[in-house]
Formats: sequence, structure tokens, C-alpha cells
Amino acid sequence: MIESIGWGLVFVGIGFIAAGSVGLVRLPDLYCRLHALTKADNLGLGCICSGLALLFGQWIIAIKLLLIWLLVLLTSAAVAHFIARHVLDKERRK
Amino acid sequence: MSISTLAVLALNILLAAVIIGLLRAFWGASLEDRMLSVLLIGTGGVAITLLLSFALAAPALLDVALVMALLAAVAVIALTKGDASDD
Repeated sequence: MIESIGWGLVFVGIGFIAAGSVGLVRLPDLYCRLHALTKADNLGLGCICSGLALLFGQWIIAIKLLLIWLLVLLTSAAVAHFIARHVLDKERRK
Repeated sequence: MSISTLAVLALNILLAAVIIGLLRAFWGASLEDRMLSVLLIGTGGVAITLLLSFALAAPALLDVALVMALLAAVAVIALTKGDASDD
């Protein structure tokens, strides 16, 4: 039972990452692409980490997976702001 | 379905998603768009490494994923904060 829940979470996360990469190709604007990429990737990696924590079934590995996810959340949010501000500055200077 | 079949299926779907994201780096509307594609490769690489650490029963790969997650942000910060060659 726990294994099937874990695999379900992993595949939901993979679906989010696939949606993010399709959005990266299809969306018209850089800001839209930024939105699609960061949001889908955060949620997708979160689902994959929680599913793998269920599959591994050890506390120490679950804590490490949680740390990886929190680190990716932090850097991805910061990096999205950096890129958006950089592009805005560039457009204003023109 | 056995565990390894599911893991191989999941890894293949992830790899296909990362390759689709690479198309943006190939067409590349601007420098920042290419950087977004690099970010996607970073996150997809972390996810692939995590899945591989379960499929191969090698928990040491979790540390590799941690380092990859750390290093993915450095390139973007170097792009946005470096004023040496703007445009």
C-alpha cells in the first residue's frame, strides 16, 4: 500500500516536471516561461521527494530528501527573482 | 509490474522532459531563455539522481543530488550579477 502511494507521488511529480518543460517551450514570453518553470519544478520535485521518502522508508533518508527539496525551493525562488529583475532592468535601460 | 520496470519508466519520462526543455536552449529567444533551460536541466538532473539512488539502492547519490542542487544556482547568479559583458 505504502509502495503504491510512493510510486503514485513520484509519477505525479514527473507529470509536473514534464508540464514545466512543455511550458518552457510553448509559452510566448520570458516571464510566462519563468512562471511555468519555477512553479512546476518546485512542486514536481516536492512530489518526487515525498514519494521517494515513502519508498525508502528510513527517517534519515527522509530528512535528507526534505533538505534537498528545501534547498531547491530556496535557490529556485531566489533565482527567479534575479532573472526577472535582470530582464526588467535591461528593458528599462533601452 | 516490478520495481525496476517502474523506475526505468519514470527515468525515461524524466529524460524525455529534460530533452524537450533543451529545445528552448536550442531555439533560444534570448540569453535568459537559455539560462531557464539550464535551470530546468539542473532540476531534472536532481530528480533523475534521486530516482537513480532508489533504483540502484545507492544512498550516496543523495549527496550528489544535494551538491547538484547547490551548484545550479551559481551559474544564474554569475549571469545576473556579472556586468562584464552585458549583451
